[in-house]
Amino acid sequence: MTDLSKEGPPPGETEYQRVQRSDEFQGLRRAFRNFVFPMTALFLAWYFVYVLLANYAHDFMSIRLGDSNITVGLLFGLGQFVSTFAITMLYARWANKKFDARADALRREIEEGDL
Amino acid sequence: MSGNLTLAADGTAGAPTVVAAEATDIGNPWVNIGIFAAFVLVTLVIVFRASRQNKSAADFYAGGRNFTGPQNGTAIAGDYLSAASFLGICGAIALNGYDGFLYSIGFLVAWLVALLLVAELLRNTGKFTMADVLSFRLRQRPVRMAAALATLLVVFFYLLAQMAGAGGLVALLLGVDSRAGQSLVIAVVGALMILYVLVGGMKGTTWVQIIKAILLIAGAAIMTVWVLAQYGFNLSDLLGGAVEAAGPGGEALLEPGKQYGADSTSKLSFLSLALALVLGTAGLPHVLMRFYTVPTAKEARRSVVWAIWLIGIFYLFTLVLGYGAGALVGPEAINNAPGGVNSAAPLLAFALGGEILLGLISAVAFATILAVVAGLTITAAASFSHDIYANVIKKGQVKPDSEVRIARWTVVVIGVIAIVGGIFAQNQNVAFLVALAFAVAASANLPTIVFSLFWKRFNTSGALWSIYGGLVSCIVLIVLSPTVSGDEKAMFPGADFAVFPLTNPGLVSIPLGFLLGIVGTFLSKEKPHPEKFAEMEVRSLTGAGAEKATAKH
Repeated sequence: MTDLSKEGPPPGETEYQRVQRSDEFQGLRRAFRNFVFPMTALFLAWYFVYVLLANYAHDFMSIRLGDSNITVGLLFGLGQFVSTFAITMLYARWANKKFDARADALRREIEEGDL
Repeated sequence: MSGNLTLAADGTAGAPTVVAAEATDIGNPWVNIGIFAAFVLVTLVIVFRASRQNKSAADFYAGGRNFTGPQNGTAIAGDYLSAASFLGICGAIALNGYDGFLYSIGFLVAWLVALLLVAELLRNTGKFTMADVLSFRLRQRPVRMAAALATLLVVFFYLLAQMAGAGGLVALLLGVDSRAGQSLVIAVVGALMILYVLVGGMKGTTWVQIIKAILLIAGAAIMTVWVLAQYGFNLSDLLGGAVEAAGPGGEALLEPGKQYGADSTSKLSFLSLALALVLGTAGLPHVLMRFYTVPTAKEARRSVVWAIWLIGIFYLFTLVLGYGAGALVGPEAINNAPGGVNSAAPLLAFALGGEILLGLISAVAFATILAVVAGLTITAAASFSHDIYANVIKKGQVKPDSEVRIARWTVVVIGVIAIVGGIFAQNQNVAFLVALAFAVAASANLPTIVFSLFWKRFNTSGALWSIYGGLVSCIVLIVLSPTVSGDEKAMFPGADFAVFPLTNPGLVSIPLGFLLGIVGTFLSKEKPHPEKFAEMEVRSLTGAGAEKATAKH
């Protein structure tokens, strides 16, 4: 087990603050934010591109594909479903494989400590 | 925004179009009532069985935190897919084509906010309510009070809209068209809801939602396959059928803009709605509360993953069902039917499978209202009892037993308010209430949740500015909007004080909510509490110290 307190806590520091300062936690936090923040920006941007196109680019969204009744707008709309499912699966995979083990290790360290 | 747009986006099955409805002349109301009664009977038995294990506050509010991810995910779908999602969106697609499809996308994409930013962190830091998280590192009493008020308002708006919609649904599906008859049905729905929640607590409510979600999604799946089979499983042919049935100009069904593309104001209104939908879901208190019913953050994640699949697949079904109703029933028949736009799905069921399928689909629509109102009621009860009574009034010095007792009384009071409000509102255009609920959730709740989870500097003053600012701006803007006055479809068509042109306040109130959170934070001289932030941040990411599930009984 890693020693979280090798420098000794500054006076008045709580255990949670000590964990918060640790490299393990900072790494975990960075990994989490590096995944969810860009992903959130991505899906929100893609959603608003879609909404703005549907709102202000009627001609483009009304283009038919070949001689079918499927329009570009319908494909974009279905694309929102596909991207939502894809991001869901990506996040679940990442969290299950990369995030959980590190979070659990820290949790055990905290709960088995003298907190 | 036209009445239809409000309707589909807003949760009420009934409201404007159903107001003038007459008794349905298709199907057999007794078949519908019989199937619905069977649903009530089965769920009541399950609720009574579940109630035997209701002992602690965690049992009553959070179902003992013992539900699995898939169970909770299904219950979330049951909680979220209101009658509007089914009847409203099918009808909107049948009559307005592509524009109807647009709502379902906002409702679905919104779940990514919950998945990535909220669900797991909330499960790790809170106990029963949204206010648990918001007040974690801020001054308890003022923040809890504000969060509880926002919760109660959102729930009340949503509940009233659902109850008023129930009256309209009765006219459509059961052939009850007198005001007294509709009031009686609202009272029955309210009484059943009180019974479910009082007896079953969160556990019973969850099972009702699970059963309802399965029925709703299975019913929609059967109808979808049935419709597609008629067109050789070719989506393009189905769309062609809808265009043909619509007659001249039917091509517009495949293009955006048929419904809200009229002018630049209606386009801005739609933009505003789109913003409120995508940011509102993760701030809806009854959605947030569901994350506490699972044992760990990992299960909360699995819940949302399941919910996203179920909700997404359901909305894909509604695309087929909407165009199917347009093609097989035809817009004229839908418009002329009692219930208008809302009758598209039931009429399609009748066209496909006759009386029995109609009965099944009608019963599912009722079960939907029942399950949604039960979820709302337990959320309001938890918020009043846990936040206002136990933590604000009694300052946390209260036995869990008496907290649950207060919660049960709150259930009764809220049930009665919902019945009276529903009866009072049944001939009013209250469809804007759900739009308002989403807007308040996005403007008052979400900024505070996000700031308190991710922004170290955030403080009590910021939270209060954000919650009250978001809340007040939403309500003021909606009162001053064309949904309340100055429009023939408005709540008060005779008056005109609509100085705000958009039908949804989100475009203004959501950025304002975030902005006020920042301004309020910087204006305050409150000393920061780094130790509380450390505790919250470490707990939220690692799950250390998170509430445990109660032992299996």
